[in-house]
Amino acid sequence: MTHTPHRLEVQNISIGYGDKIIMHDLSFQVPHGSRVAVVGPNGAGKSTLFKALVGLLPLKSGKIFIHGEALGVHKDCVAYVPQREEVDWHFPVTVNDVVMMGRFGQTGWLNRASAYDRGMVHKSLEQMGIADLAEHSIGQLSGGQQQRAFLARAIAQEPHILLMDEPFTGVDATTQETTLRLLDHLQEREVTAIVSTHDLNLAASRFDLVLLLNHRLIAFGKPQEVFVKENLAQAFGNSLLVMEGGMMLVDECCPPDEEHHHHHVEAE
Amino acid sequence: MNWLLEPLAYEFMQHGLLASVIVGVLCAVMGTYVVLRGMAFLGDAMAHAILPGVAIAYIFKGDLLIGAGIAAVAVALIIGLFTKDGAVKEDTAIGILFAAALSLGVALISTTQTYTVDLSHILFGNVLGVSVSDLWLIGGLSFAILLTVALLFKPFLVISFDPVLAATLRLPVELLRNLMLVLLALTVVVSLQTAGVSLAAAMLVTPAATAYLLTRRLLPMMFVSALIGALSSVVGLYLSYYFNIVSGSAIVLTATAIFLLGFLWKRIKSV
Repeated sequence: MTHTPHRLEVQNISIGYGDKIIMHDLSFQVPHGSRVAVVGPNGAGKSTLFKALVGLLPLKSGKIFIHGEALGVHKDCVAYVPQREEVDWHFPVTVNDVVMMGRFGQTGWLNRASAYDRGMVHKSLEQMGIADLAEHSIGQLSGGQQQRAFLARAIAQEPHILLMDEPFTGVDATTQETTLRLLDHLQEREVTAIVSTHDLNLAASRFDLVLLLNHRLIAFGKPQEVFVKENLAQAFGNSLLVMEGGMMLVDECCPPDEEHHHHHVEAE
Repeated sequence: MNWLLEPLAYEFMQHGLLASVIVGVLCAVMGTYVVLRGMAFLGDAMAHAILPGVAIAYIFKGDLLIGAGIAAVAVALIIGLFTKDGAVKEDTAIGILFAAALSLGVALISTTQTYTVDLSHILFGNVLGVSVSDLWLIGGLSFAILLTVALLFKPFLVISFDPVLAATLRLPVELLRNLMLVLLALTVVVSLQTAGVSLAAAMLVTPAATAYLLTRRLLPMMFVSALIGALSSVVGLYLSYYFNIVSGSAIVLTATAIFLLGFLWKRIKSV
């Protein structure tokens, strides 16, 4: 049995916290270099799936293979861009420091940063359009800039698979566009990008594959195959309004509280 | 210059000065983690929690530092155990242990005859009673702790700033977190002689909090904190010599004065 055509294989995994199972018996396969949008209602298990994919949450059952090998064999080939609320923004680090952390896995924990590491960090910052902010404290940046700093860190990791949890929620237009351009660029380098989003238009227009979830797999495939009435009705239930000549999804989403954070920064 | 040299004519002042500078630097460096990770309460609790160990060592004429060391490591590990998987909230677990250990310590000390003197030395330190062997122990332990911090600078940075990244990079987060607690416990033990259990917590928090106001990156914060810790120790000890006040208090008050200056400077700068 050969695994080479697929970079990521998820086989019958169930994930949850304690006795509670959030995701039941999920299987899918992602060819290398694909851009995958993960879509589903709130609490459908998107973040939970991501945590399992990076190894933060143990699997209740099933297996995950990357390059045909069990999760964890390739130590840092998966990079994860967390939701913004998961980070301590008042920590004394510069943007440059944050991005350099992405290199730690490959440089070694005891070694000093090499010229290659520094070059990689600078290139990543430039790619995300924040090279001029390198010496700023991470807390001084706007929400969108902070997210781009974390994307830069993820690129600096030189991952084979990049996971982004809600990168389009509550960010400015520049950040959204930079993130989308990054996705295209990653595809050229055959990096697989798996992105959770509530923006179904983006999912349909800018991604190769859509993974539709609601505690289990509803559909997986090309956007036009996945976004059909039956699938959406299964995933979103009553939030879906079917009208003559089309359907409407009355969403739902609760963007993270951007304002809250800005107040903090300005209060300093 | 004479007023600077005069106290150094006494051997106990030389020992005291050396010990307080070492402890000032050590506490200040470990204190950066205490401040950044929100462990101020833990530092305070740990300082008090070593009291039973000290008391037992005292009663059985053992080495106070070793007794304190065993107690501190035990407390750090018990807090880790209680809070694992969120069974008990960390500050609650600390509160319980803090009170229990302090009571046990005082109960044990109250069985001795020279109760008040002993207690005051343990609570507020006795920097002028530092022996040569104490100095070696303080110096050796401090060197070992600081060396560990230097070697593990990057892992400690990542687990403090972004535990999720730490996990994706397959760092042993739980092990590192426990190691940091043990290092903190040992730091408190080392500072027992000069600052005492009541003032050790202040030496952990105050210089580091000042450095946080003045710097923007972790490594400079550590160096500035260490400098403030050392400066407070020297100035405090001279104040204690000339004004005849308890040395631990003088050191902590000096550190507090520097903090107030830093706070004012930051305020004026941001206007």
